[in-house]
Amino acid sequence: MDHSTRAAQFIRNEARVHWHDQALWYVRVKRDKMAQSVPEWENLREIAAQIKAHTMSRLPDYLEMFEENATRLGAKVHWAVDAREHNETVYQILKNHGVQRVVKSKSMLTEECHLNPFLEARGIEVVDTDLGERIVQLAQEPPSHIVLPAIHKKKEEIGELFHRYLHTEKGASDPTYLTESARGHLREKFLKADAGITGVNFAIAETGGLVICTNEGNADMGTSLPPLHIACMGFEKLIPRARDLGVFLRLLARSATGQPITTYSAHFHGPRPGGELHIVIVDNGRSQILQKPEFRRTLSCIRCGACMNTCPVYRRSGGHSYDSVVPGPIGSILSPAQDPQRYYSLPFASSLCGSCTDVCPVKIDLHHQLLAWRKELVLQGLIPFSKRLTMKVVGWVFQNTWAYEGTGRLVRWIVPKLPRSVLYNRWNVWGKQRELPPFPKESFREMYRKRKVQGSEARNRK
Amino acid sequence: MIKVGLFIPCYIDQLYPQVGMATLKVLERFNVEVDYPLDQTCCGQPMANAGCAADAAPLAEKFYRIFKDYPYVVCPSGSCTSMVRNHYDDYLKGKPGLEELKKKTFELCEFLTDVLKLEKIEGRFPYRVGLHQSCHGLRELRLAKSSERMGNPFSKVSPLLESLEGITLVKLSRPDECCGFGGTFAVGEEAVSCMMGKDRIADHEQSGTEVLTGVDMSCLMHLDGLIRRAGKPIRVMHIAEILAGD
Repeated sequence: MDHSTRAAQFIRNEARVHWHDQALWYVRVKRDKMAQSVPEWENLREIAAQIKAHTMSRLPDYLEMFEENATRLGAKVHWAVDAREHNETVYQILKNHGVQRVVKSKSMLTEECHLNPFLEARGIEVVDTDLGERIVQLAQEPPSHIVLPAIHKKKEEIGELFHRYLHTEKGASDPTYLTESARGHLREKFLKADAGITGVNFAIAETGGLVICTNEGNADMGTSLPPLHIACMGFEKLIPRARDLGVFLRLLARSATGQPITTYSAHFHGPRPGGELHIVIVDNGRSQILQKPEFRRTLSCIRCGACMNTCPVYRRSGGHSYDSVVPGPIGSILSPAQDPQRYYSLPFASSLCGSCTDVCPVKIDLHHQLLAWRKELVLQGLIPFSKRLTMKVVGWVFQNTWAYEGTGRLVRWIVPKLPRSVLYNRWNVWGKQRELPPFPKESFREMYRKRKVQGSEARNRK
Repeated sequence: MIKVGLFIPCYIDQLYPQVGMATLKVLERFNVEVDYPLDQTCCGQPMANAGCAADAAPLAEKFYRIFKDYPYVVCPSGSCTSMVRNHYDDYLKGKPGLEELKKKTFELCEFLTDVLKLEKIEGRFPYRVGLHQSCHGLRELRLAKSSERMGNPFSKVSPLLESLEGITLVKLSRPDECCGFGGTFAVGEEAVSCMMGKDRIADHEQSGTEVLTGVDMSCLMHLDGLIRRAGKPIRVMHIAEILAGD
């Protein structure tokens, strides 16, 4: 099923679409206000983009530097080429420590690698501790947004879910009450956990340290009690120096949720006393993107989700319509890089309005990348034959002015003669909700020719 | 006297000839010598945006051949102008004069503001006008500041409209949200496209728009199609039609 089919299903409930659109637009407006509070905002974006571009151009050096420094601090660094190896590595570490229960802070990478079902199949309990993540975990759904995983759920639906699993009162939908209940439930999980798994927001090559940002403090909770901490990161999370961090922390929270700073920015430099810190660095297709200069900038992404909040298509089609771990504009260029056959429709799920490009805190030229992906998908032969053929035919007509004029004249002559029932048939997708444009008697060029002749006749008469 | 080659996008030529005529009138009104080369068809954007680069390339070449020797090229569409300025490198890189062609190709309002340095247009248009800032004009040609970017607001389009007597430009709650046209997107993602369009129209309705205008007839064609189907009392006009003072 492609994006447009799933989007059309979502849109059937128009009231829900408006609600979804408003919820995300609210975040976008908050972001605008926060960005306005930083006079050097555009400069900051430029610096962030340059730091990322520089890091990617010397990635092997920085990765080595990071490993060396992290090891020196007492962490153990593991490398994984793909999702399978990542999951195996994590599982082996857990197995070696006899872990039964894991608390996980939010991590899009473990989502990408489908770590939860992998561990659950091996008898390990994994609890997502980010509130939104916990909600979708209980609902057995994937997150619909990378920063706001349960943004597609209404508070009444969450109340029902919590009633079922956390035994809250039936019909309760008060956010404070529900959050308190979740907090109590998660506290128990934190206390009983044998290990904490976290994602990573920034890994600093110069120091070997990690920075993890959460609004609920769940990464701190999940790593403070259990003796074992496993941090999973894609290699693009690297930044060169500690002093670069400020640039990204200022951009991240403002772009993501319109906060001046994330509530908790936890710094990890080596394991805590008596504990163990394992860092799993994952490729999983990233080096493929790194090798393609036209798509390399995609790896600058700091996963703030601003492109989703601003995307008029995302807001009206819901995150699940993308059927991909990372949805929205950034997902539409990351996903086809991993599996072009499955995600061929995503680069077309955009009107190319460019709002994502202007909102991106690290200046990824998202809408240009979407366009570049369309070209790539055509070259790979993944676009439906009918569409290719249409473009070929139309292209040929445009190349030959006589054919273009003739076709235009014919269409403008015939369409006004056709009855509505014929014109608005089921193949006329345009006409499902829209009237067709007018089909005037004369084209501009015909009017222009006449005007020219009249003009010269008038001059001759003088 | 400034001489321009007029580029009228294919769909305006065939479906909205009055917009082409209005453009011609606006230019002539300001003493511009306009030539409309009859061999032109399309800039190639529909194929390019569908990813069909091989089908777009000959059209870019055709455009280049026809227009490269004019001192200026003017086009009543932000989207087609952006195709030339921002995307022709993909098809014509290294061709002699391409850089100049890109620099001398202008969207109509941009030409009036940047080249003719017009600040005021004589005329009267006593209506409440809603300006649809089409995305390519806004974010690829920078005809105005987009709401995502920080910095001082500016616009190359609204001052022209505002200089008309009796006109009121309405304030929209989302001044630069996409209308959902997006070329083949309008058909490929019909449901989202129409939802976006309906939301745009609702914003204009709430703001009291009587006449909805913009620099891109393609966005307006999509919005007009929705407006007429719903029987709403909003009139849709290309900005050239307003500036021509018809």
